Amino acid sequence: MSVKKPVIKVTNVTKEFGKFTAVSDVSFSVAKGELFALLGPNGAGKSTTIKMLTTLLQPTSGSLELAGHNVVEDSDAARRSFGIVFQDPSLDSEMTAYENMELHAALYGVAKKGVAKRIQTLLTLVELWDRRKTQVKNFSGGMKRRLEIARGLLHYPHVLFLDEPTLGLDTQTRNLLWDYVKKLSHEEGMTVFFTTHYLEEAEAVADRIAIIDHGKLVALGTTKQLTTETKTKTLEQAYLALTGKTVRDEQVDSHENWRSIRRSRAMR
Amino acid sequence: MRVIYILWLRQIKRFFRAKSRIFGAIGQPLLFLVALGYGIGSIYAKAGQGNYLEFLVPGIMAQTVLFSAMFYGAMIMFDRQFGFLKETLVAPVSRLKIMLGGALGGATTAVIQGLLVLIISLALGFRPEHWALVPVAIAILSLLAIAIACFSSAIGSFVQDMQGFQAINQLLVFPLYFLSGALYPLDHVPTWLRIVAEFNPMSYAVDAMRDTLIGQTHFGLIKDLIVLFIVVIAMISFGAYRFRHIEA
Repeated sequence: MSVKKPVIKVTNVTKEFGKFTAVSDVSFSVAKGELFALLGPNGAGKSTTIKMLTTLLQPTSGSLELAGHNVVEDSDAARRSFGIVFQDPSLDSEMTAYENMELHAALYGVAKKGVAKRIQTLLTLVELWDRRKTQVKNFSGGMKRRLEIARGLLHYPHVLFLDEPTLGLDTQTRNLLWDYVKKLSHEEGMTVFFTTHYLEEAEAVADRIAIIDHGKLVALGTTKQLTTETKTKTLEQAYLALTGKTVRDEQVDSHENWRSIRRSRAMR
Repeated sequence: MRVIYILWLRQIKRFFRAKSRIFGAIGQPLLFLVALGYGIGSIYAKAGQGNYLEFLVPGIMAQTVLFSAMFYGAMIMFDRQFGFLKETLVAPVSRLKIMLGGALGGATTAVIQGLLVLIISLALGFRPEHWALVPVAIAILSLLAIAIACFSSAIGSFVQDMQGFQAINQLLVFPLYFLSGALYPLDHVPTWLRIVAEFNPMSYAVDAMRDTLIGQTHFGLIKDLIVLFIVVIAMISFGAYRFRHIEA
């Protein structure tokens, strides 16, 4: 499951919350410039994996590297190497689009010289430059997502994490958003790591797909490799063949489990 | 410094954009000034204690700062609820800087509200004994504001819901205020109340304000300032410690 020059390297990672194992002995690598999708049913361990990669959670065992930085031991350097679009909005809605970008630039230590130009470039790219002085609370869901992507790219990250970025968006906005991501990935040469429940999006966008279930990595490869491996015709059929048809209850993201996540979180 | 500045600026911008917050912040102190100042003022004067409005203004300014700075903890809860907190927690900056930036912003808006109360008081007839000491009074208000904003950061760091925050807020803020001598002189109160007031850091802020604005003191300015500095350092440390354990 290894690739050349990995930007993301996950090695034998396990995450336990008390007696519950959210992620179990997971290993994979993602190459520079790759568009990589992590799929799985609710509670499979997708968000826990992203939270570990983005320093919000510490693994119980195993190691995670981002752009050559150990996520646990060198968390500041790891944090500088990624941008993230969370599943839920994380913008300051009382501030304007431009102010949100400025704030992010300061938080990530982007050099003042050239920051205005960088903000203009990114806001233009996501077609929000004309709305830069508008308070975010007046934006639609799609506009907020575009702004979050632009913000996530501001500090020249090596990796962009997108945790279910199209959740709740209409088809047009979803298509537009993935066009942006592909365009940005191509222009910035960055690695994109995303989760989604829309399999057609993963099929259309991802270079490689990992499928996680019950905390374990059950498959990894291109759509063609996954369909060949499962003797199916589509990614959806392959996905169902690998994860079954039983409806899952969310376990890790439930309120009670999050309380234990919070208690166990390692702090700076 | 850039991180602290931008997070401080964020609080200032949010404050001036929320006009209702400004009016709300002034409404309650104004009510206290008018209702108590004029309602109890005549009794106070008859008791030979002088001008009650004059006595009351420093306490009401301190009250405004106390209540406003405590509101900063609620801002943390809003940031958690609306997701912005995550943006700051995954950033490669120390939690101390994040806490200080926000708390200094919350403290600044609290001091601005305290100054608005001073302006209203001037319109109602209040006059400081020495205008030259007004900047010292503002510095004292700032110390109080920083201490309370850091304390509210600590509360906002571990309380998960707004109802819980309000309950803790009321449990702590009202005793701090009503047992501080903000509304009455501490010289003639029962011994138990005087002892409680001596253990209440708010008493020293009120006393220092009163000393600089109207020349009346119970503890003495030096003691007031020593206690205030200790409280500020303790609250910054407490806020920083709790903020390290904050949950998004």
